[in-house]
Amino acid sequence: MSIQSEIGQADLVMEPSVGDFIQLMKPRVMALVVFTALAAMLAAPGHINPVLGMIGIICIAVGAGASGALNMWYDADIDARMARTAARPLPRGRVTADEALSFGGVLSVGSVVTLGVLVNWTAGALLALTIAYYIFVYTMWLKRRTPQNIVIGGAAGAFPPMIGWAVVTGSIGLPSLLLFLIIFMWTPPHFWALALYRCRDYERVGVPMLPVVAGPDATRRQILIYSILLVPLAVVPYFVGLGGLAYLGVSVVLGVVFLALALRVYVTREGREADTAARRLFLFSILYLYALFATLFVEALFHRLMA
Amino acid sequence: MSDNPNNGKLDPAAEKIRRRRSIAIGLTLGFMVLAFYIATFIRLGSNAANGML
Repeated sequence: MSIQSEIGQADLVMEPSVGDFIQLMKPRVMALVVFTALAAMLAAPGHINPVLGMIGIICIAVGAGASGALNMWYDADIDARMARTAARPLPRGRVTADEALSFGGVLSVGSVVTLGVLVNWTAGALLALTIAYYIFVYTMWLKRRTPQNIVIGGAAGAFPPMIGWAVVTGSIGLPSLLLFLIIFMWTPPHFWALALYRCRDYERVGVPMLPVVAGPDATRRQILIYSILLVPLAVVPYFVGLGGLAYLGVSVVLGVVFLALALRVYVTREGREADTAARRLFLFSILYLYALFATLFVEALFHRLMA
Repeated sequence: MSDNPNNGKLDPAAEKIRRRRSIAIGLTLGFMVLAFYIATFIRLGSNAANGML
């Protein structure tokens, strides 16, 4: 019996609810996107009317959600065969492929046009680029073809701080490129840690994640290399004046923990302990990124309130 | 003749879900209209202020 028929027989005849469409937008990914964009908006020099700033954030959130819906539309076949994704609305039969495609398409165009018209077209163009990159470059082209899928595709998840920066300044500054680079370097160790303990899932559906193609040991080595590159890079915002002393402290302390967990993943190669080490790094990597941007956010907010 | 045994009518649960969906779409459209209305005023206001300087 297939996973789809196991999960959703009772759901197949139901009308799609508002909750199903919200789930299509990958709310957890949306939250991270909004958070990183908001932190960049606050850290950016200059001023924006708060209402326009709020419209900017909503557009970024909706654009990210639209990407999620289009990704689920395209990947419905493999989502149905993976334990982690089998309960999504499309594999469960709650939402049809046409509904997901229309929903994602309308929201993509709507969010880009609204951001461009009401805020500025630099931000609008960056949002359009992010959606197009995630769907055409990552989902349709790279994901099923190369083990470097998440390295190159990771750029899509790294664009939101640049969009947030552009919302306020109307341009792409070097500091926003730095924030882009931090998320770009964070993505491989984050996803490869997940892929290490979900390896069989990816293997079954033929997605060439690094552990499937190159093996777990090569993946562990790559995780360690990217972590060694990421941790010092994450400290740089302090030296270019983007973050303050609190940011320096958080990025150094959590960076050391990140490296220790990556090292543990590298040396623990057998049995349940290996899976546990990978899972710990995966979960900690989420906390790490949230903490970095939360510190930037709080510091920038503090400076704006004091100014 | 319709294939639907309920003569094209939805059962109450499905009807409730559809109504909620319609309300959500309505609220979203209403929010967009309001956002465009307010943002237009803000942008016109700042442009007018810049023009006077």
